[in-house]
Amino acid sequence: MVEIKTREFKSNARVALDDPQLQRALAGLPGGLVAQRTAARDKLPEFEDLRDVGRDIRDHTLAHVDLYLTEWETKAKAAGAYVHWAPTAADARAIIEKICRDANAKIVTKGKSMISEEINLNHHLEGKGFEVVETDLGEYLVQIRKETPSHIIAPAIHLTQEQVEKDFRRVHTHLPKDRVLVEASQLVNEARQILRQKFVEADVGITGANFLIAETGSTIIVTNEGNGDLTQSLAKTHVVIASIDKVIPTLEDVTSLLRLLARSATGQEFSTYCTFSTGPRRAGDLDGPENYHVVLLDNGRSELLATEMREILRCIRCGACMNHCPVYNAIGGHAYGWVYPGPIGAVLTPSLIGVKAAGNLPNASTFCGKCEAVCPMKIPLPKLMRLHRETEFDLGNVPRGFAYGLKTWAWFAKRPKMYQLAARFGIAALGALGRVKGTGAFKSLPFAGGWTKHRDFPSPQGRTFQQLWAEKQAGLDRPNVTKRAAP
Amino acid sequence: MTARDTIFAKICQGLKGELQDKGREKKVASRIAARFRHPTPGRVAGKSHEQHIALFKSHMLGQSATILDAASMADVPSLIADYLRQNNLPARLSMGDDAALASLPWSKEPTLTRKSGRAAPDDEVGLSHATAGIAETGTLMIASGSDNPVTINFLPETHIVVLEARDVVGPYEDAWMKIRARFGDRTMPRTVNMISGPSRTGDIGGKLVMGAHGPRRMCVIVVAG
Repeated sequence: MVEIKTREFKSNARVALDDPQLQRALAGLPGGLVAQRTAARDKLPEFEDLRDVGRDIRDHTLAHVDLYLTEWETKAKAAGAYVHWAPTAADARAIIEKICRDANAKIVTKGKSMISEEINLNHHLEGKGFEVVETDLGEYLVQIRKETPSHIIAPAIHLTQEQVEKDFRRVHTHLPKDRVLVEASQLVNEARQILRQKFVEADVGITGANFLIAETGSTIIVTNEGNGDLTQSLAKTHVVIASIDKVIPTLEDVTSLLRLLARSATGQEFSTYCTFSTGPRRAGDLDGPENYHVVLLDNGRSELLATEMREILRCIRCGACMNHCPVYNAIGGHAYGWVYPGPIGAVLTPSLIGVKAAGNLPNASTFCGKCEAVCPMKIPLPKLMRLHRETEFDLGNVPRGFAYGLKTWAWFAKRPKMYQLAARFGIAALGALGRVKGTGAFKSLPFAGGWTKHRDFPSPQGRTFQQLWAEKQAGLDRPNVTKRAAP
Repeated sequence: MTARDTIFAKICQGLKGELQDKGREKKVASRIAARFRHPTPGRVAGKSHEQHIALFKSHMLGQSATILDAASMADVPSLIADYLRQNNLPARLSMGDDAALASLPWSKEPTLTRKSGRAAPDDEVGLSHATAGIAETGTLMIASGSDNPVTINFLPETHIVVLEARDVVGPYEDAWMKIRARFGDRTMPRTVNMISGPSRTGDIGGKLVMGAHGPRRMCVIVVAG
């Protein structure tokens, strides 16, 4: 597996917050995806109903995943596919290494695949002497920087255009030094020329799969660049790597999920390329791969079926949860320390590698609930994070200061009178202090330096929620208390 | 125990409750056979064929493709020749052995040369014949085969696609019915490409750039009739 740095989450987050380059890159990007998603949702009145449809399709399939996988396998084999089952990451690596060896491969091109990150495939194949080339532009940028993706659909979202120019000049040394790389299109063109050559030379092309279709034995990839299609159409051997939770009953089912995927991910109505592959090239075909392998990875997913974490297996990897997450927007993806960042990572990572190693991640949430509100599969991400938190607490995995603080809070919480008194005092003091300063927000606060270093703390109005609630209930709603719309 | 057995044993462990249901095999088989349709978006449901064609075109234009209208298949060669001239593109087409495309009156445009077969990396213009055009999002469906090799869709910088108006459908589901009618139940060609405009990327600084790895420009010729 890729190196696990989840234990260093807190220090990683601190470094990320102080990284001006990263903060510049994050400034507009996830926010832009949020606006685009909202616009796409508003253009499709059925969008919210489709989320229920999507959830039901995934729940139904997971409840019968043994049968659907069997159906899919029968149809895929009938079309000429080689199907491989990989219980662990090491199994998957060994299977793919053997396929590359049998193909006498020198160059292996690869489309975007989070599963390949999960099993650290590039590192493994490179260690065995194969040249692995990422072909998704964002993945290529990350590869030449020897980094990992920081977002599941926009892997290089942490990079500015200026950084890309520097990297291209550093790595593409065979090109003239004085070439002009001012526009994004010039950078894209340069990458296009270089990667076009790799597509042509490749012996094996590896892609992921957004879905498997039981009805037809097909695998699907979704891209905007067309890199996945060149990867799988030009090499003699096409290897698909997918996890066992990707299977879907029919073309109708997958179509409904595709209606949600692009809109949730990039705000497009449909991704530019949705490609359905079934077996190797047919008799009479002039192109397409001669060999077609599908490697199905479990890596801990089957064990989630019996737990409350089953719902996380509904995920279709759109990235909407991270785009909308205030924590992700502040620290980016790398701080999460493993393959999957943001709210999905905060649930999936501890589920796959254990709460002991990744218990920090579900703590990195304000529980604002935005992730669940936008998830096209309606995964209750905050609830699942809370369950991980409980497990972590039961394991005694929390720092002493934190446990002490939590116990103190619990003492008050069990004594409502004391709680209200303490809250009233605290809020009133902060409110008074805020009014004295007259700015409406604190630039710094004792014991909260980590918080106020990166944003101001709004000063309270001087009264607690419970006070306001009580007044409201009593019909004494003060006119200057703004009513908030229901979320 | 094979690797497959290991995984299935764990899955069945996780589905203990569900496995009590003795009818589940039947449920799954009938679910696949029924091809149950989920709600179709109102933008295409119950709309006329003319409305579908108009919607297809407007979505395609919104995705930065060019739309040309042909009164009949016989007009296609001249439209292609004009388009290539106007855009300063070479008058050389790469295409498969699609019967409908092969039987067009190419002799009307003697300057236009055609190369039959898969696309080569330096081919500049590819020509395909779409199986369907989907109005819902302005999406072409192209089934692979010697008639329409998949490399034609991705290697040339310019992709020209002939779409017969009678092949325009409303929702995706109707396009799948065309694939089933042509290839049989539960059977797919090697590749089905759903294509919505030219290739693009937003990976550099979040700016949209056309022509990432696939075609930089797409021209769809919609043939009436």
